[in-house]
Amino acid sequence: MSDLDSIERRIVNEWQEGVPVCSRPYAVMAEKLGIGEAELLARIESLLARKVLTRFGPLFNADRMGGGFLLAAIAVPEARFDEVADKVNAFPEVAHNYARTHALNMWFVIACEKPERIGEVVAEIEAATGLTVHPMPKLAEFFIDARFAA
Amino acid sequence: MSASAFLKPLDRAIVKATQAGLPLVAEPWKAVADLAGVREEEVMESARAMLASGVMRRIGAVPNHYALGYVANGMTVWDVGDEVIEEAGRMLSRLDFVTHCYHRPRHMPDWPYNLFAMVHDKDRAKVEARVEEMAALLGSRSRGHDVLYSTRILKKTGLRIGA
Repeated sequence: MSDLDSIERRIVNEWQEGVPVCSRPYAVMAEKLGIGEAELLARIESLLARKVLTRFGPLFNADRMGGGFLLAAIAVPEARFDEVADKVNAFPEVAHNYARTHALNMWFVIACEKPERIGEVVAEIEAATGLTVHPMPKLAEFFIDARFAA
Repeated sequence: MSASAFLKPLDRAIVKATQAGLPLVAEPWKAVADLAGVREEEVMESARAMLASGVMRRIGAVPNHYALGYVANGMTVWDVGDEVIEEAGRMLSRLDFVTHCYHRPRHMPDWPYNLFAMVHDKDRAKVEARVEEMAALLGSRSRGHDVLYSTRILKKTGLRIGA
């Protein structure tokens, strides 16, 4: 893990939310941190460059933007794993894809502008791979906000 | 995604301009407004409305949890009676180490699990200890569980609104 000084640690821990929507949000943050606006901007740039932060800014809730999303899983025979991964990843609608420890060993998210396209993509992946796609739609979400302490 | 049914054009322009990050300039909303060809105040009003409606969850630092040492990522899955799924979901989502919690369908006979809770921690032993804690908390509400660790990221393009 990247070494963080006390200011950087405070940026990561205290500013995961609550950045005000105003003309000079970094100036407001900087004042609370006891540093200058330019220094804060430089520090955020450094945290991004060192990959301590993946991003600084709004976190959007894709569900509320319209469009369709589906988590799905496939049980891929080990010998075919890389070939199937290439075929699945070739779909532009596949946004994330993870190898996981289970007989259902490939888990991916299909994201489409038009929700009705989701079912077609599932069928096309099945046709391309010859394997069954198990849809795991979200039936309900129990809300939390992910927080990570530095 | 190249269009979005529920976003107004200005909201869409704001998402496009900020999804990779708020501009790192003294007046970031002014920078977004200049891109969208509108006034700064209109952009800030829309941003506040998106925060209020939940389209924007929050604005701030998005840590790379791998860089912070949270390298073990366990998808815990639980077979919970349908009559207690709400209660069980709320119980797990209150735990501070659970980052996402969803009710999803079973796929019998191979997949009996209907409650998913993502746990991130510094190593697998810590995740295993969390899972024990979750199992004890759920008690007889859970008839069985498993933990799926991610071993490789095969693709991660994120969700992007296109041109």
